[in-house]
Amino acid sequence: MLSIKNIHANVEGKEILKGINLEIKPGEVHAIMGPNGSGKSTLASVLAGREEYEVTEGEVLFSGKDLLELSIEDRAREGLFLAFQYPVEIPGVSTTNFIKAAVNEKRKYQGLEPLDAVSFLKMMKEKMAMVEIGQSLLSRSINEGFSGGEKKRNEIFQMAMLEPKLAILDETDSGLDIDALRIVANGINKLRTPDRSILLITHYQRLLDYIQPDYVHVLYKGRIVKSGTKELALELEEKGYDFITESIDQSANV
Amino acid sequence: MKEDLNLLEQAAHNDYKYGFVTNIDTDTIPKGLSEAVIELISKKKNEPEWMLKWRLKAYAHWLKMEEPTWPNVKYPPINYQDIIYYAAPKKKEQLNSLDEVDPELLRTFEKLGISLDEQKRLSGVAVDVVMDSVSIATSFKEQLSEIGVIFCSISEAIQQHPELVKKYLGSVVPMTDNYFSALNSAVFTDGSFCYIPKGVRCPMELSTYFRINAENSGQFERTLIIAEDESYVSYLEGCTAPMRDENQLHAAVVELVAMEKAEIKYSTVQNWYPGDKNGQGGIYNFVTKRGICAGNHSKISWTQVETGSAITWKYPSVILKGDYSIGEFYSVAFTNHHQQADTGTKMIHLGKNTRSRIVAKGISAGQSNNSYRGLVRASKQATNARNYSQCDSLLLGDQCGAHTFPYIEVKNKTAIVEHEATTSKIGEDQLFYCRQRGIDAEAAVALIVNGFAKEVMNQLPMEFAIEAQKLLAISMEGSVG
Repeated sequence: MLSIKNIHANVEGKEILKGINLEIKPGEVHAIMGPNGSGKSTLASVLAGREEYEVTEGEVLFSGKDLLELSIEDRAREGLFLAFQYPVEIPGVSTTNFIKAAVNEKRKYQGLEPLDAVSFLKMMKEKMAMVEIGQSLLSRSINEGFSGGEKKRNEIFQMAMLEPKLAILDETDSGLDIDALRIVANGINKLRTPDRSILLITHYQRLLDYIQPDYVHVLYKGRIVKSGTKELALELEEKGYDFITESIDQSANV
Repeated sequence: MKEDLNLLEQAAHNDYKYGFVTNIDTDTIPKGLSEAVIELISKKKNEPEWMLKWRLKAYAHWLKMEEPTWPNVKYPPINYQDIIYYAAPKKKEQLNSLDEVDPELLRTFEKLGISLDEQKRLSGVAVDVVMDSVSIATSFKEQLSEIGVIFCSISEAIQQHPELVKKYLGSVVPMTDNYFSALNSAVFTDGSFCYIPKGVRCPMELSTYFRINAENSGQFERTLIIAEDESYVSYLEGCTAPMRDENQLHAAVVELVAMEKAEIKYSTVQNWYPGDKNGQGGIYNFVTKRGICAGNHSKISWTQVETGSAITWKYPSVILKGDYSIGEFYSVAFTNHHQQADTGTKMIHLGKNTRSRIVAKGISAGQSNNSYRGLVRASKQATNARNYSQCDSLLLGDQCGAHTFPYIEVKNKTAIVEHEATTSKIGEDQLFYCRQRGIDAEAAVALIVNGFAKEVMNQLPMEFAIEAQKLLAISMEGSVG
């Protein structure tokens, strides 16, 4: 599904990612954890194609295609979805219209006709139930005046509507209280399928109480310094990041 | 079939019917403006004596006036003696098929979703395909006359309804009002006239589009709409299709009169030629539009979507004379490349308990300049006058300008005037968010701009609104990147 090989990336001339390697197979859930400033969100932005991030080395294959050659929108249309840490407000554009535009752009890319109003509505109803989101939210301007929880739920709703091959969830748990977290996590779990891969980016282990990852990676100073199963997340929770980062820093000093 | 032929014949003879072509051989008159030229115009139009006097009086005023310099626009001096003030309705160059039409024009038509027949009509392809709109127009006219609505060209109204024209022409925009209205009063060639009798709700949107010959109104258009007590009319001006015109200067005057409990809704989509990417060419659009809420509980609502013209100078206004009358102004002005727009409104509160609402949205791209200029005046007698104004500007790129010039004059202590203004840019974050969802940059900008303009677009009649949305998207092409 996704194969990241030795990715190096700069922001404003500063190297943030220093050689990332990662293989994600269809249906797998990978969690990337790490202290603040380790490069977690940068990795998400690089994969989505954000233009301020310059890839200096390495390659990424997505379903056999050279991801880095694709435009931002084509990556999305190929089935890469990014749930934003800070979803953006667009005044005057209703959430429904926004999603409809997105769904139809993707269909156009796939050579399909746009969805007619009835089919679109039917699809909306189905997915709304899945992620527990109300109609009233969807008729409002996208993200405008939404609470933190509403914004994140809306991201998951869009993910449900766009049916991506790979979903990258960038700190989707941040800023959520425990009830909102549970609803969002439930939504994500319902969207797990044998061929949909998920990359969870998170600072805290608590999201992983709700969404069980197949693999956990620790990102530190632009590199994956440790990989393991979900037990690694529990160990981190117990001991903090220091138990890994200290040994790395020591070996770097030697 | 026979009926069709009759309609065709009628269409072919329209020139005579409206008195456009007279026994003089040439159908244009020499360049320049003088009393003699005005007399000639009036004679060619076979006008009564009072009309000619009115025109000459306006001309005499115009000679004493000076061109305004206060608008926030720049253009080289206009040589008023270098303009041809009268040309008989031009026969557009007849083309045999759409293959002969400028492909760029056709592409725009297609994007606007304009039907093939309509595309032919607009680009001047042979007349037989125009059948549809001619027959629609004819049946419309019959339907309207049954309920007493008069809808015709102003030239025809001068001939057929002189008492109404005499009473109301210049009653809202006096010939002395400003430089361009004086010029228009002296030389106007044609325009629309609507009269809605007492208690009649006009059952359809009146549109110049359905007035045969409307495309020949020329550069000095004059429109007069009168709504008697308890009547209602919705009037659509303009067309979303691109209008190429050889005349650089356009100075129209529009007057609206709403009597007691009457309501006039006036919607405009303006898409005149804006000039090329380097600012060469384009129309100067200097328009005076004003309505008077003459009766109590009357209402006038202006909605405009302005995307064309090299220069726009336009302030559709409402005089709120009747008690409890309501004035509204909803505007989207989009400028790109080197376009300049100085537009807004005036709400003049005279009556008690009058209310006005202004929603102006300016969108600037390229190296364009977009100014909102608005006046809200509450006179001494205007007890409990209320105004709410909202002016929002959206900038695309960093070489364009947005300016707001609100003027507020309040002479009554009970008046409440509110003004809100915002300026924003389309953010990289917004674009990235849209693109990450598969919506490319151009479509994303269109989406964001239409969201920004939505409050105004919602005021337009449904079909017009959809076309206007597409028009905005097309006007923005090339403004991203």
